[in-house]
Amino acid sequence: MYAFDIECPTSVADAVTALQAEEAQPLSGGQTLIPTLKQRLAAPSTLVSLTKIPEMQGIEASGGTVRIGGAVTHATVAASVGQAYPALADLASRIGDPAVRNRGTIGGSLANNDPSACYPAAALGSGATIITNTREIAADDYFQGMFVTALEEGEIVTGVSFPVPEKANYQKFIQPASRFPLVAVFVAKYGDGVRVAVTGASNEGVFRWAEAEQALSANFSADAVSGLQVDDSNLIADLHGSADYRAHLIKVMTGRAVTAAA
Amino acid sequence: MPKDGGIGAPTRRREDYRFLTGRGRYSDDIKTQGECAAIFARSTVAHGTIKSIDTSAAAAMPGVLAIFTGEDFVEVGGNPAGWLINSRDGEPMKEPKRPVLAHGKVRHVGDAYAAVIAETVQQARDAAEMIEIDIEEHDAVVNMKDALAGTTYVHDEIGTNQCFDWGWIEDNRAATDAAIQGAHHVTTLELVNNRLVPNAMETRCSIGHYDTGTGDYTLHTTSQNPHLTRLLLSAFVMGIPENKLTVIAPDVGGGFGSKIYHYGEEALVLAAAKKLGRTVKWTSDRSEAFQTDAHGRDHVTKIELALDEEGNFLAFRTETHANVGAYLSNFSTATPTFLHGTLMAGNYTVPNVYVNVKAVFTNTAPVDAYRGAGRPEATYSLERVIDMAAREIGMDPIELRRKNFIKPDQYPFASAAGLEYDSGNYDALMDQMEKVADKAGFAARRAESESKGLLRGFGVNAYVEACGIAPSNLVGVLGSRVGLYDAATVRVNATGNLSVMVGAHSHGQGHETVFPQVVAEMLGIDPGSIDIVHGDTSKIPFGMGTYGSRSLAVCGSAVVRATEKIIVKATKIAAHMLEADAADVEFKDGTFSVVGTNQSVSFGEVALKAYIPHQFPIEDIEPGLEETAFYDPANFTYPSGAYCCEVEVDPETGKVRVNRMTAVDDFGNVINPMVVTGQVHGGLGQGIGQALMENTTYDSDGQLLSASYMDYAMPRADDLPFYTVDHSQGTACTHNPLGVKGCGEAGAIGSPPTVVNAVIDALQSGGKNVTHIDMPVTPHRVWSAMKNAG
Repeated sequence: MYAFDIECPTSVADAVTALQAEEAQPLSGGQTLIPTLKQRLAAPSTLVSLTKIPEMQGIEASGGTVRIGGAVTHATVAASVGQAYPALADLASRIGDPAVRNRGTIGGSLANNDPSACYPAAALGSGATIITNTREIAADDYFQGMFVTALEEGEIVTGVSFPVPEKANYQKFIQPASRFPLVAVFVAKYGDGVRVAVTGASNEGVFRWAEAEQALSANFSADAVSGLQVDDSNLIADLHGSADYRAHLIKVMTGRAVTAAA
Repeated sequence: MPKDGGIGAPTRRREDYRFLTGRGRYSDDIKTQGECAAIFARSTVAHGTIKSIDTSAAAAMPGVLAIFTGEDFVEVGGNPAGWLINSRDGEPMKEPKRPVLAHGKVRHVGDAYAAVIAETVQQARDAAEMIEIDIEEHDAVVNMKDALAGTTYVHDEIGTNQCFDWGWIEDNRAATDAAIQGAHHVTTLELVNNRLVPNAMETRCSIGHYDTGTGDYTLHTTSQNPHLTRLLLSAFVMGIPENKLTVIAPDVGGGFGSKIYHYGEEALVLAAAKKLGRTVKWTSDRSEAFQTDAHGRDHVTKIELALDEEGNFLAFRTETHANVGAYLSNFSTATPTFLHGTLMAGNYTVPNVYVNVKAVFTNTAPVDAYRGAGRPEATYSLERVIDMAAREIGMDPIELRRKNFIKPDQYPFASAAGLEYDSGNYDALMDQMEKVADKAGFAARRAESESKGLLRGFGVNAYVEACGIAPSNLVGVLGSRVGLYDAATVRVNATGNLSVMVGAHSHGQGHETVFPQVVAEMLGIDPGSIDIVHGDTSKIPFGMGTYGSRSLAVCGSAVVRATEKIIVKATKIAAHMLEADAADVEFKDGTFSVVGTNQSVSFGEVALKAYIPHQFPIEDIEPGLEETAFYDPANFTYPSGAYCCEVEVDPETGKVRVNRMTAVDDFGNVINPMVVTGQVHGGLGQGIGQALMENTTYDSDGQLLSASYMDYAMPRADDLPFYTVDHSQGTACTHNPLGVKGCGEAGAIGSPPTVVNAVIDALQSGGKNVTHIDMPVTPHRVWSAMKNAG
């Protein structure tokens, strides 16, 4: 780790100001950033902690929507939204290990947009709205590729708003070492259709599987996807699985999510 | 006789109190006034010629005290291989020098080419990043068969990447070839024994200290054998006289083989300590551990099994390529040869065995002994090909094994691979396994799995290994450059308690609990009054270390011999106190008594007399009560076992889950059954990890892809089943005083083939014609195998 300064603002406005410093970087739960710093793979001059800001805390469920503050930990989501949005609580309860869940935050995960993270699948699969200090961004516009989002320099994810579906389920097939998703699928059924978001699988990061959405909107059963083929041309191939294996798993996990949700 | 806590008692491990409450004292816990820090600059490329190293910018960094490069160690000796292997043509193996710091070339990712000593770790790290190295990169030699065919050499001076081409037993070759040629059936299998990263919980750490007043060196280091490290530093590498060098291995957080060996970092901190007159500490980080701890296994083997019409084994023939990595680590040449080829007859009466091993240099981390060391490789090859043969000839795999087992009345049995097994009863182990594993209930469990859409398989395995290494006379003939005895001193203090100095270092094995049980049993005293001292060359007589499941069989035997000497001397003292002839004095339950009288003295009274020798026959008996023994075993010991497991395979994803695991082992006599059970549990976890998860992968450039826990899958508690462990069927070792065989490695030897056999059985039950999958049997590999089988 290289030496750095740390700022702990107590308002979003102060955080935004602090982030204007040269080579300043936001720090939320630190579950990705701190290991990166320890390996000396990043050298920010200042870290701006976002975890002491009351505006970024709290969870509200009302009118078919669950709104979660950007600095809310996975453990808090897991413990708090079980009634309002069970599939989301279940997803949060299975991210990483207890240490990760007690430190890591939803805003941090969405801002980082790791191609194998869990939360991007929930946000995209739910058609969530990402709320920042300056604007609201639809999930469909927010996720723009591996570790790439619509966030501007210095823009902070202050909250996320999830429309609650009729039914939803998250199926995760873990990579055995990291226990991140090798492939995971979030399926959510809304009145106006079904959304299917896939994480862990693509070189472009989280994505929607349009063919499955169409088939499931017509017939919400695992049979509806069993005849589909996933295009594997842009899927990840690595130590843990080839592209065609990931394509296969996308179908299997989607079918299982539908069965579990139905 | 101790009421409890003697031989056979499941005494809780006394060392666990300090480990579980954070009071263990590991090397990195040692803080010395004025210590400074060493950080190594390591190669990021696998293979290249060092054109230049510029340390000037680094030297100007704050806090920097010294910088070393390979140039500084040109006059220093190389770190040697401990075992000379001759090739089939009689030529000795190739032994390129292994320097303290890379000189001329870097040969693997992580190869250290410089070291910075600074006031703090942070300063040393900052400065190390400022060292400029100019490397002319070469193609990396990674794949073993390519290495033998190619003309890019890891060590240019030897003009080949082959270290040796060894045949065992060369005189058996023609007969083995003939037996295979004429056999009714031959089963052939090509397999990989996957490379493993040891992953001890505590990373390596070395602290060098030089006393400028006396010229004495002290090295604190994470070692499984401090005396061996001292010997190597003295006789080969640094030339420091043994009497001027103390090596101390305090609490060590796991080794699994990787801390047997001497590493260059140990020499560096001593050299730096002398140069600076300061204490110099280096602690490996986890990335360095992945890149530089000696890895394990990494064999590619073709094995053939020849059978007659009835299923009798006629011959095993193997050809193995064994990766030794970029440099020869201390036991790297013994592991794929005498710890592997000699076990290639397994538990069987097979008359012909021939083993060929080609050891190959590559641009990868050195490979050496890892829990089991050669024996897991032998067992895996044998027990996979036997399972495949059973399927091919349509015989039950247990029946095929039983048909060929050595029977209890055949001991001592001279195996076709050159060892003499002293004892065993493999059928009894198999019987017990079938019983405690409820083999009869498997069909119902399979039906239940199938009702959930899962395939269930039953896998079986038998193993025999050679432990308690080793008879020095024998290993000397076979090429060992050291003896493999061990030593102990039993010191009875004046007040009747004991300090027992043992050569075998304990880093998870439970010596501090188990050795006192032996002494307490022999002396009839409370084990709580006995303490073990280990890990410090200034305190203990000598030791050849802890590996090869040898501690109890070899060092424990030395403890027995030393304690016997104590009893002899104490009996003489007691006889004097009782005014009787020593021949009339009987020692029982901690009391010396004159046979046929009610006159007696206690062990404690005798101890006190030894140190307060008033009215003492000093012309016949020396004061004091302390004895030392060195024990050199007459033979290896031969633990054996019958294992089985049941797996569930998800046919949609390829995911394998070990559902039940049973280990029935013959460890001979058992001193502490709870410690033995714990050792087996650990071994099973490592074996299942190897079978299903652990995948050390270098790419074609020699980059280690699985270089962190993000990509290297270690088994976690929820990856493992509850185990059934049974050691009720022991047959005593016939040649050591305790009748013990050793239990440390068994679980890691017996479990990998068991798991893979079960996976194949599961897939076959689902109509998938899959006959082999290489370890680790990951979901992706299972899915691919199913897909390719159609």
